[in-house]
Amino acid sequence: MKIVYTDSLIIGGGLAGLRVAIAAKQRGYDSIVLSLMPAKRSHSAAAQGGMQASLGASVKGEGDNEDVHFEDTVKGSDWGCDQDVARMFVNTAPKAIRQLAAWGVPWSRVRRGNREVVINGEKVTITEKNEAHGLITARDFGGTKKWRTCYTSDGAGHTMLYCMDNKAIQLGIQVHERKEAIALIHEDGVCYGAIVRDLITGELIAYVAKATTIATGGYGRLYSVTTNAVISEGIGCAIALETGVATLGNMEAVQFHPTAIVPVGILTTEGCRGDGGLLLDKDGYRFMPDYEPGKKELASRDVVSRRMTEHMRKGKGVPSRYGDHLWLDITLLGRKHIERNLREVKEICEYFLGIDPVEEYIPVRPTQHYSMGGVRTGPTGESQTMKGLFSAGEASCWDMHGFNRLGGNSVAETVVAGMIVGEYVADHCAGNPLKIDTKLIGHFMDREDRKISNLLGRDKGENPFELKKEMQQIMMDKVGIFRNETDLAQAVEELKVLHQRSKNIALKHRISSSNPELVEAIRVPKMIRLAQCVAYGAMLRKESRGAHAREDYPERNDRDWLKRTLTTWKSEDDDLPEVSYEELDVMKMEMPPGSRGYGVDNTIHHPNTEKRVAEIEEIEKAHPDADRFELQQLLNPINVPDKFRGKNERIGRGYK
Amino acid sequence: MSEQERVLKFHILRYNPQIKGDIPTMKTYEVEEAPGMTIFIALNDIREKQDPSLQFDFICRAGICGSCAMIINGRPDLACRTLTSKFPDGEIKLLPLPGFELIGDLSVNTGKFMRGMSERVESWIHDEHADNVDLDRLEERMDPDVADEIYELERCVECGCCVSACATKRMREGFLTAFGFMRLARYAIDPRDKRSDEEFYEIIGDDEGVFGCMTLLGCQDYCPKDLPHQTQIASLRRRMARVR
Ligand SMILES: Cc1cc2nc3c(=O)[nH]c(=O)nc-3n(C[C@H](O)[C@H](O)[C@H](O)COP(=O)(O)OP(=O)(O)OC[C@H]3O[C@@H](n4cnc5c(N)ncnc54)[C@H](O)[C@@H]3O)c2cc1C
Ligand code: SF4
Ligand code: SF4
Ligand code: FES
Repeated sequence: MKIVYTDSLIIGGGLAGLRVAIAAKQRGYDSIVLSLMPAKRSHSAAAQGGMQASLGASVKGEGDNEDVHFEDTVKGSDWGCDQDVARMFVNTAPKAIRQLAAWGVPWSRVRRGNREVVINGEKVTITEKNEAHGLITARDFGGTKKWRTCYTSDGAGHTMLYCMDNKAIQLGIQVHERKEAIALIHEDGVCYGAIVRDLITGELIAYVAKATTIATGGYGRLYSVTTNAVISEGIGCAIALETGVATLGNMEAVQFHPTAIVPVGILTTEGCRGDGGLLLDKDGYRFMPDYEPGKKELASRDVVSRRMTEHMRKGKGVPSRYGDHLWLDITLLGRKHIERNLREVKEICEYFLGIDPVEEYIPVRPTQHYSMGGVRTGPTGESQTMKGLFSAGEASCWDMHGFNRLGGNSVAETVVAGMIVGEYVADHCAGNPLKIDTKLIGHFMDREDRKISNLLGRDKGENPFELKKEMQQIMMDKVGIFRNETDLAQAVEELKVLHQRSKNIALKHRISSSNPELVEAIRVPKMIRLAQCVAYGAMLRKESRGAHAREDYPERNDRDWLKRTLTTWKSEDDDLPEVSYEELDVMKMEMPPGSRGYGVDNTIHHPNTEKRVAEIEEIEKAHPDADRFELQQLLNPINVPDKFRGKNERIGRGYK
Repeated sequence: MSEQERVLKFHILRYNPQIKGDIPTMKTYEVEEAPGMTIFIALNDIREKQDPSLQFDFICRAGICGSCAMIINGRPDLACRTLTSKFPDGEIKLLPLPGFELIGDLSVNTGKFMRGMSERVESWIHDEHADNVDLDRLEERMDPDVADEIYELERCVECGCCVSACATKRMREGFLTAFGFMRLARYAIDPRDKRSDEEFYEIIGDDEGVFGCMTLLGCQDYCPKDLPHQTQIASLRRRMARVR
């Protein structure tokens, strides 16, 4: 039996995983990162748009600070997020971006003087201040009050990931590539590491650690059309679920991005609209202002995706052999801007559509994009039910996004969570010496080995590729942008059947080493279980919140549903997850539930909302001299590691 | 997008070194072309419907991550963004990228090699203060043009096309090759990196480095990200020649 021991095991080599590893290593703990592929190929590299941090250096970001960022994030989440975590996040994001600047990310910078930008379809000249010259600049993104999304031309994710991986290499952190975690090792509510399959030799290896962090990214591939990478299959979340102890949070919260190209679903960044691009219908008509006169194309993602779908349902879509779509027009931005700041978009249009977006419209439609749900953790990043198990990044439900995440807040989450959770991982390593019986390791090893032998031994059975296709289609058709009881109930039933069938997979190519069919056979049953969590959670949640839009329950219902869905999968023999709920306490909220400001507000309010609003007024009145920091401490005292407590400096206002 | 329906013929090198006694053979698969079909779509179709053992690597399938380089009708390129309609006779020959350890069929182990390069050129900011920066304070300023220039050289996706196209690399195993030069050039123009030209010389000032390059520019021709190899190699040479 091959066993590898380490202090801190990190499953996933994207931005979040690498940052956790760096934090633990810098505190002196041995860290090993596992990845399906070389870390630099992780899906974080695909983020073209940028990272939100309230630096406020560009003139269009003036007046920005942590509080404004907090407000946008909580509103964006449709009050579904954990406000403590959102607070920790917004306060730390400026530090995270500054650290990355010191480590080598070539963030685009403010250039003094006039520049021409497109706002609301018009060319406008803005003047950047002399004293801001050379500081990190920002662009506009959906759902934000200020221009807050920092970027590197068109390659924010790429430069961030390369910087992070290079830093890990500098620190000598080992990344074990082409290794797939297929089960967690655990006993009595404590996690001891993972059983890992070598994707080249097929060998099973036990990685045993004091702390195990799941940073495996999103689960977009539960859907047939998604912007996500082909490896975004949610296996990290699934192995947490399969412990029967760890919980997953808000799995039904799935985001659709307004502008992926048709038919293949490759993303064109929100930067297109942030920089002034427009959405047009089959008549070339700009329809968003009719629906959302305030934010128009730059309303929150979930809102824009729904409005687009509504508009297409009115017959205004452009018909094509792949179904209806709409147009994204960036021609008005001009060649120079597109070739510098949206070059990746231009390449994608050229290679995959054969069009030049400088001159032609881009066919787009809302497409699965982001998984708000994931491994449920507390603010320290540790599972609430399993000790020694941590999670960060898109794989987690740390829960700063609630039911809808803002563009630019995700890569920001990966690095901020990496910093914060990484410190708690190191604390955990400090306080918990490794005590484990090798019999326990052997038990999990044998179990996984047996499962694989069974797969390889079965003569006849289901085809894993077909099962996956069927699952993806069910999710797309019945658990999509708009949801209703009939579709969801059908999805739940159909997935149950798939789940049964997935217990009888047989392979054509029966070898245990490097074998894509075997990889699929191991993953598909796990994916189906995750899909069941999404569909079942969605069916039970009888309200609309953020990206979860029920046609039969169109109102946000704080009275009954201001709570987080938790799913567990207790036994192998179950054919549905167990669902329970975690209440969000209005009386502790820094920002009590209100209106997001889109469409008509038909919220059913929580009885405590008014009480809390009054209480906050009282607190404010009682402390007339308190500055914004003191007020925040009064309303929402948060814990972050000491090193991240300082106030953030901004140009023109110091540390105020 | 071409609308005609044709049957494509894929000729693919099949070889699994994990299986004892396996020998490399070319196998042919027929696939019905669909509009907008890429090699990514076609290969998955083959795997799902004809041969589930076929190995290849795709991740982003959008030309961003650099996983899918292979030799397509004689040219190294990213398979995910190569449309099948590009090939008028419908014959497509696929070979794994040479110069890398073969995992199986079209899958090669680029990761180990790439990490080796990063370690060799010490692909990170050399500044003893980088870890002690006061994160609360305004960041160090940078000229906006310099930031843009650094980004231009950092766009490499480590796909390995330049490595497979380099004649010098074929003759000299330890040759750093174009993407290594590009990485070094990226740090050499970065004001945050405090290394001197002498220190860079230690890394690339020999025949395994920039003086071994024959400037035949296979790298420039095949780089899917159109990185400016020609100008960077020339400028590194000039800079290094001045050191000694
Ligand atoms: C096209 C696109 C564009 C985006 N643009 C933006 C943007 O502009 N701004 C923004 O804020 N956000 C953006 N996002 C979202 C953001 O990029 C992701 O949410 C974020 O990068 C996820 O990072 P991560 O570290 O959590 O996971 P990932 O980067 O996905 O990394 C996951 C890692 O886990 C590994 N892994 C997975 N399963 C296993 C397993 N079982 N065993 C071992 N290893 C495993 C993988 O190999 C990989 O290394 C975008 C997303 C997409 C899809
Ligand atoms: S110019 Fe020629 S020899 Fe030099 S790195 Fe490029 S391909 Fe190799
Ligand atoms: S320099 Fe170009 S060809 Fe070479 S690895 Fe980088 S992207 Fe690929
Ligand atoms: S799969 Fe990412 S570049 Fe081809």
